[in-house]
Amino acid sequence: MTKAIKILGTGCPKCKLMTSVVQEVVLENNIDATIEKVEDIMEIMKFSVMTTPALVVDDIITVKGRIPSKKEILELLN
Amino acid sequence: MFDWIQHIADWFVFDTLGLQSGNHLAEALNFFIYDTIKILILLFVVIFFMGIVNSYFPIDKVKNYLSRNKLYGLEYFMASVFGVATPFCSCSSVPLFIGFVRGGIPLGVTFAFLITSPLVNEVAIGLFVGLFGIKTTLIYVASGILLGTVSGIILQKLKLESYLTPWVREILADAQRDQDIFQAEKQSFNQRLPIIWAEVIKILKGVIPYVIVGIAIGGLMHGYIPEGFFEQYMDKDNLFAVPIATILAVPMYSNASGILPVVQVLVAKGIPLGTAIAFMMGVVGLSLPEAMLLKKVMTFKLIAIFFGVVTLCIIISGYLFNLLL
Repeated sequence: MTKAIKILGTGCPKCKLMTSVVQEVVLENNIDATIEKVEDIMEIMKFSVMTTPALVVDDIITVKGRIPSKKEILELLN
Repeated sequence: MFDWIQHIADWFVFDTLGLQSGNHLAEALNFFIYDTIKILILLFVVIFFMGIVNSYFPIDKVKNYLSRNKLYGLEYFMASVFGVATPFCSCSSVPLFIGFVRGGIPLGVTFAFLITSPLVNEVAIGLFVGLFGIKTTLIYVASGILLGTVSGIILQKLKLESYLTPWVREILADAQRDQDIFQAEKQSFNQRLPIIWAEVIKILKGVIPYVIVGIAIGGLMHGYIPEGFFEQYMDKDNLFAVPIATILAVPMYSNASGILPVVQVLVAKGIPLGTAIAFMMGVVGLSLPEAMLLKKVMTFKLIAIFFGVVTLCIIISGYLFNLLL
């Protein structure tokens, strides 16, 4: 099943870094997933996170306020 | 406690390089080596300790605590204290603000948190201990907390809710106390450690270039500017020094890591500590990029009032520092 990954962040350097790390993990491991970057603050607030960047996998918030390691992302996606 | 670092610096500059004591270059280099090693060690210790605190007491718990408990006026102080323990990157200030508002936390209490959090953070504390010693650090932390508390109370009294942007006012109208349940990450310390460690390394990597450049500039000034040089321009009796330093500082955007080593040398060369700290607080606590971000949740008028009140409080604490120290 395709995983829906969302990265919540208003466009700060950390959020961009998170996006590229997630993209790398998905590509390197051939994971079937869509990556969406959510930059609109109204949309972000629907997830009631208070620290960005946040990683959302299938509508569940998995990581917030920090950039996870590749290993951690891989575990979250499996 | 740090004698051994001084020995390393002395050994390198005087023995290995064979420079003469008293020589400008030698003094600057010695100061640079000593300060860099000492500050990096202290930064590491403080950031690591704060990382542990933060891992067990994340922002969501802070919000839930403030939202659930009736604190009879102490909430401003508590929000301010939590601000010290909970670092946040300025890009998170908007989601954080909304999260607090949605949790039914009064605007003034939210401001208290937003003011203290950037002002007293782990990097600033580590640098302060290294550059000015424990006593001055404690005074700085205490005045940062006091500043957040007082500014928060003033901002609450001004009843500024109507100056929020319309969509935030809607959220405010629907606000509920204790609304979401926080799913605590149940992790053992061993599971947390790699995450904390990675964060520490990331923060250190981010600040090291600024610290080194700051100390290098400080080292040069230390070696070349005579003792007491600034006293003739900016002594404690000059009433305009504190406000001018603060107002100059607000539009400047730099992190504490670059600016503090320079401030320390300015103090050593005769600028009163209170004036220097007011300048520092202006640079670190208030910045134009932060104002730009807050425009999404506040009208221009509210941002202006917010910055105005905080600036005023910084100026007052600058005077107090000069009186007390």
